[in-house]
Amino acid sequence: MKTKDVLLEIKDLKVSYGHISALKGISLKVYPSEIVAIIGSNGAGKTTTLRTISGLIKAQSGEINYRGHELTKIPAHKIVPLGISQSPEGRLVFGTITVENNLKLGAYSLKKIDYARMEWVYELFPRLKERKNQLAGTLSGGEQQMLAIGRSLMCNPEMLLLDEPSLGLAPILVKLIFKAIKEISKQGVTVLIVEQNARAALRLSDRGYVLEVGNIVEYGNSEELLKSKKIQEAYLGKKKQNQLI
Amino acid sequence: MYIFIQQVINGLTIGSIFALIALGYTMVYGTMKFINFAHGDLVALSAFVGLTIYTTVVSSFSNSIIAILISLIITIVIISIIGYLLERIAYRPLRKAPRLSAVVSALGAGMVFQNAIMLIWGPNPHYYPADIIPNKIWHFGDSVISLIQILILLLSFFIMIGLYILVNKTRTGRAIRAAAINQDAARLMGINVDAIIVIIFALGSTLGAVGGMFLGMFYRGITFNMGWNYGISAFVAAIIGGIGNIPGAMLGGIFLGLFNSLIAGYISSTWADAFTYILLILILIFKPTGILGERVAEKV
Ligand SMILES: Nc1ncnc2c1ncn2[C@@H]1O[C@H](COP(=O)(O)OP(=O)(O)OP(=O)(O)O)[C@@H](O)[C@H]1O
Ligand SMILES: [Mg+2]
Repeated sequence: MKTKDVLLEIKDLKVSYGHISALKGISLKVYPSEIVAIIGSNGAGKTTTLRTISGLIKAQSGEINYRGHELTKIPAHKIVPLGISQSPEGRLVFGTITVENNLKLGAYSLKKIDYARMEWVYELFPRLKERKNQLAGTLSGGEQQMLAIGRSLMCNPEMLLLDEPSLGLAPILVKLIFKAIKEISKQGVTVLIVEQNARAALRLSDRGYVLEVGNIVEYGNSEELLKSKKIQEAYLGKKKQNQLI
Repeated sequence: MYIFIQQVINGLTIGSIFALIALGYTMVYGTMKFINFAHGDLVALSAFVGLTIYTTVVSSFSNSIIAILISLIITIVIISIIGYLLERIAYRPLRKAPRLSAVVSALGAGMVFQNAIMLIWGPNPHYYPADIIPNKIWHFGDSVISLIQILILLLSFFIMIGLYILVNKTRTGRAIRAAAINQDAARLMGINVDAIIVIIFALGSTLGAVGGMFLGMFYRGITFNMGWNYGISAFVAAIIGGIGNIPGAMLGGIFLGLFNSLIAGYISSTWADAFTYILLILILIFKPTGILGERVAEKV
């Protein structure tokens, strides 16, 4: 992986909410077609990182460079058309709108809805197709997660940001969702995934970063991170406090 | 029986005006979660602006219906711009403030509108000309319906159908509904939420402008403080239908119009307002989510 074709580069990013500083100067890189995981426990700043990339929060200082665009200076609705899409924490599906209309909203930034793409999303998550006329709010948690990911795919993104897709899901559903993420990645979509479920995220990803209270304390090859003693103790140990609920 | 039919006709007419105005309250509430208390005074301003424009342009047209339509369109444009400025100046800076601040700002903006009307047009009532619409009436049985009522009913009907299609069948409509449900999620879809809010205010002002001119054409007398009364009625209509719910505001308006006019027909018109408030209290106690209660979640 050469430096010159880096897709997204965060440099010394600082973000704070009032007096609370949530990111204290993090740097990371994502290369095209990679799956990169950011792991960390509650309040580490994972969601803040993704929300800042998507333009929902203003950075205090630092840079987020994406294919020559400085994202910290671009409003959220103009970041989506650049090719960055997010499936947010808590899914945030549009509960009183049907599944299919949620998918159509995912394609809002395109001139026309790509129905072939919608079919692909339905193939990825057949349960969405069966429920396409149902209100999104009546879906189960796992189905809502599928919808949130499917919706984020509808704009034909180059890069997908996933905020804790495993949160609150039974292991079998986590498996299903992660299999789908692998499939999405095979289609050439670059994935930046944020997880408390460190084991699953590191098994899925090529590289990983470890975030602790606003700082990146460790990074590297996911396989190596999985073997690292420090990480095993803090994030993969038998006595995990940081696992999903 | 003829009282009943007559009051139903009158009730539908005033009800569709209530509905037009109620839509402005409900759409703003749907996306921004606060009551735009300046809306009623914007409606009053529309009635005055509309009358002034009508008297200016009427001599250039042989047909008074065309003169009215032209005045309506010009008034809509002016009031939409004022509605846009209202959002920009009085509400946008308070986007992140507690909702109470926005409500107070709305009350203040309402006073500004009222005083502006009084300064420009004076404190005395103004009157829409009696012949603004040819004074045609049709009888059936002992009941009558006038041309102006037909015009109000038809125009309101088409405007509401148009709004319904816009919100439910178009890409912009989907964006409006998405922004009403969750603004951050809407932004993640690439929706420019600020632009959607501008559209909401422009639409609400448009409907309010039509409502204001209809009030003038139907009742003829307009006063600088009329916005308060009609505003409260339309607001009650929005609550009856379930605040934030577009079809609810339409139904609530019609319902309240019928209710008022039947009270006026069978009890006394002086009691109509009192009963409106009693109805509001009953709704708030027994069905606080409005008559379309179960659908109230569908915000806008
Ligand atoms: N809107 C907010 N206002 C104030 N502080 C906030 C806000 N959002 C997040 N924070 C704080 O910023 C820090 C980072 O939060 P963030 O949500 O990014 O963590 P996270 O890693 O996503 O945690 P989790 O795994 O629980 O989702 C936390 O200390 C949190 O309390
Ligand atoms: Mg989080």
